[in-house]
Amino acid sequence: MTTNTEIKYTAKDFASDQDVRWCPGCGDYSILAQVQRTFPDIGVPKEKIVIISGIGCSSRFTYYMDTFGMHGIHGRAPAIAGGLKIARPDLSVWVAAGDGDLLSIGGNHFIHTCRKNIDLKILLFNNRIYGLTKGQYSPTSEKGKITKSSPYGSVDYPFNPLSLALGAGATFIARSIDRNPKHMQEMIKKAADHKGTSFVEIFQNCNIFNDGAYDHLSSKDTKDDAVLVLEHGKPMIFGSQRNKGIILNGTKPQVVNIDEGNYSINDILVHSETDDNPFLSYLLTYLSENPDYPTPIGVFRNVLRPTCDEEIQNQINYITEVNGKGTLKELFHNTTTWTVE
Amino acid sequence: MKKEIKKLDEVTIRFAGDSGDGMQLTGSQFSDTTALFGNDLITLPDYPAEIRAPAGTLYGVSGFQLRFSSQDTNTPGDHPDVLVAMNPAALKKNQKDLLPGATIIVNQDAFDLRNIRSAGYNVNPLEDNSLDGFKLFKIPISSLTANALADSSLTVKEVARCKNFFALGLMYWMFNRPLEPTLKWINKKFKKVPALAEANTKVLNAGYYYGENTEIFETRYTVSPANLPKGTYRNISGNEALALGCVTASLKSGVPLFLGSYPITPASEILHQLSTYKNFGVKTFQAEDEIAGITSAIGASFGGYLALTTTSGPGMALKTEALGLAVMTELPLVIINVQRGGPSTGLPTKTEQSDLLQAFYGRNGEAPIPVIAASTPGNCFEMAFEAFRISTKYMTPVILLSDGYIANGAEPWLIPDESSIPELSVKFRTEKEGFAPYMRDENLARPWVVPGTPGLEHRIGGLEKANITGNVSHDPDNHHMMCELRAKKVKNIENDIPETEVFGEEKGDILVLGWGGTYGAIRDAVIRAQKEGLSVSQVHLHHINPFPKNLGNILKNFKKIIVPELNLGQLSKILRIEFLIPVESFCKVKGLPFTAVEIYSKISSMSGGKK
Ligand SMILES: Cc1ncc(C[n+]2csc(CCOP(=O)(O)OP(=O)(O)O)c2C)c(N)n1
Ligand code: SF4
Ligand SMILES: [Mg+2]
Repeated sequence: MTTNTEIKYTAKDFASDQDVRWCPGCGDYSILAQVQRTFPDIGVPKEKIVIISGIGCSSRFTYYMDTFGMHGIHGRAPAIAGGLKIARPDLSVWVAAGDGDLLSIGGNHFIHTCRKNIDLKILLFNNRIYGLTKGQYSPTSEKGKITKSSPYGSVDYPFNPLSLALGAGATFIARSIDRNPKHMQEMIKKAADHKGTSFVEIFQNCNIFNDGAYDHLSSKDTKDDAVLVLEHGKPMIFGSQRNKGIILNGTKPQVVNIDEGNYSINDILVHSETDDNPFLSYLLTYLSENPDYPTPIGVFRNVLRPTCDEEIQNQINYITEVNGKGTLKELFHNTTTWTVE
Repeated sequence: MKKEIKKLDEVTIRFAGDSGDGMQLTGSQFSDTTALFGNDLITLPDYPAEIRAPAGTLYGVSGFQLRFSSQDTNTPGDHPDVLVAMNPAALKKNQKDLLPGATIIVNQDAFDLRNIRSAGYNVNPLEDNSLDGFKLFKIPISSLTANALADSSLTVKEVARCKNFFALGLMYWMFNRPLEPTLKWINKKFKKVPALAEANTKVLNAGYYYGENTEIFETRYTVSPANLPKGTYRNISGNEALALGCVTASLKSGVPLFLGSYPITPASEILHQLSTYKNFGVKTFQAEDEIAGITSAIGASFGGYLALTTTSGPGMALKTEALGLAVMTELPLVIINVQRGGPSTGLPTKTEQSDLLQAFYGRNGEAPIPVIAASTPGNCFEMAFEAFRISTKYMTPVILLSDGYIANGAEPWLIPDESSIPELSVKFRTEKEGFAPYMRDENLARPWVVPGTPGLEHRIGGLEKANITGNVSHDPDNHHMMCELRAKKVKNIENDIPETEVFGEEKGDILVLGWGGTYGAIRDAVIRAQKEGLSVSQVHLHHINPFPKNLGNILKNFKKIIVPELNLGQLSKILRIEFLIPVESFCKVKGLPFTAVEIYSKISSMSGGKK
């Protein structure tokens, strides 16, 4: 990626001339704002940034950014973006996708992008509902959810997007919340800096079809006790009094209070994004499945592995070095030939 | 003993055996040697869908047919003159294609009770006079192979595996071919395993000298070299030619090639070939499915690559939605469909032409796409190049139809003079002044602007575009106009493609109109009918959407039009709609190519035997 220190952008430089048409109050506005605020700091010239999306309210994102972009077809954004990145490793390629788009119809492309470690930055706008099609349950909707297509409650179990990404081998996994702009900016910046598939799940409120899905994680009264902010190298402490922490009891995580005398800060698990062994990251992705535990946000995993796009380019460079640049003559004569006089 | 040498104009041989018997290799070695010898030839492999079906069964039979000639050759032959059958199943499956008097060479050792039963015979066909009308040679190929390798260190299994080279050696003797090309091949192939190199060499020689020294064979045959145009030749299969054509388009345009593909028979060979061309800058991506195959190619096209996706049958069905995206985003993209028997998984290893209507119409919305089709293995090269020419010049996806028959079939190919291949001029717009994503040039093509071009940041996508600006638009009049514009852009290509040529008289009783891989069989049939004085001509289409401009007028000049197709009449339907003329379809959907005789008989019956 080329870095460019000369041009100084502002958030405004990344806003296109198109009117933004999400419902007033939609969480997508915040995501757009945080991306526009962060992009001036990622060190990439504007013309080298491409945003690819699928279909959904969230996928309209592409039209609102003054970068190169393609609003593709439902679920296929990672595949379109993957082809682009492999062709053009010099570009910074981003995917904007909804939970239905990325995890239902596009699930296959998503897991294989993670597995291949294609250097894409994937932002999941997780509102746990199908917004654009007016409110059916999605693959992240909780079981029993009542929607237009599940009047008696959905019978499906939801995906946990982070553990799915982890299981598929993603090298960068993070989570943030639409109502926490500073944190989201930090996650976007870190995703941009990572080389390899970066996956950021953003909890996004759809105030029309699934309002309040994340209220407990963002409202003043509850958020400190409900959210665990992960920080690399720091103990996992949370709570309004900052006195709750996570310990590992055998293979089970446990919430303890460090003010009550039984545990001290030294007993609390220290977060490491870069652990080669994904065990702890996996455990953290599952933490919020238990209502008594907090929901972690932050970077869960951040490890380096060669990327698919650079390996393909490396092979080309290497074989070209060994065999020389191919010519028409070589192409036509690469097998037995004979001459008719 | 002096043996008689008879001169023949042409010969058709079919090698048949168990899928583990190495018949494809035997056949291709014979073809390579024969090509080097200077004959014109065409090959037709016919292999089962199962990789290793149970030994001895009918459905495990693998065959390889070739026809070589001292004349121009258009088909791999209707009826083999020689059948080499390595076991009873191979005999049973192929005997029906032989005419009385044909030569049959069998591996007698394989005709044991078990194999005879597996093939569905009640009694040994070598002993019940059922083969009386043929020249039957019963040769204990397995034991002769074992004898030749009596003092070798190979295992019994390895020895048994050499027997195809005995048959090959014998055929080389019978048709007066040199052993050197295959000996050279053996030494290269088994360089690291000298024991195998030595064994195969011995067995090949043993087969050859068996013909020479035993009294079983009295006659050898020779087919003189064909009078081919001067130049350097190589053998080429349709799939190889497609790969070569794509890489050539890349070299001639200076734009690198990207292939996004998911393996499927009979198209995988293109993926295999292209993944070896790394030093030509070709990027191949084995995607997670066909949808990712085409959408990754769309992404690469957006990034300024010559983008290609290759597939067949059900894979083509999966690409449908993304084809629409390519139409809407007006990005260049080549889709190669190597057609096979359908519907669904259908007949994976068999040939068919039943995806024509799908190529024309198989999308939601008004989604016009140019369609072209290759007619012979060698022609696949030109059509691949043509597909990229059209797609980059008109900023459009192009569907190139091939089929299993020409994909696997091979023929000698006159290597083109490099300077005779035109440059492919591809423009990427970089000027900011006056740019709009959906402005159009004289060909109605929009500009190709790749990410990385400063100041030209823009968005494209699958939602309807406002004319010129490319902004999302739901305006009714705009939509109507854009549908017409896209259709007109494709239709206009008719001004930029060669007029189609009539083989034979420009006016007459019967026109045989074909497309794709049926070319050779039609050509042979028409030549025969013309020789007999029938008023018959041939037109073979390479551009199908749009049609060549002169097609309509040509059609008016004939009393009857026959359209032979390996489907239930798909081109016929389109012709009737387009030209409002009655055409007679001549259909075959058996997973097999037409034979020239079938088409000749149709012509002959239509002309009422009238000369
Ligand atoms: C092939 C296809 N199937 C279905 C649709 C209809 N569709 C559009 S968006 C969508 C789901 C949107 O949900 P999500 O991805 O979560 O995005 P959101 O609108 O919630 O941001 C569906 C089912 C479509 N456009 N294409
Ligand atoms: S429907 Fe929901 S997700 Fe879509 S724009 Fe409105 S609030 Fe946002
Ligand atoms: Mg959603």
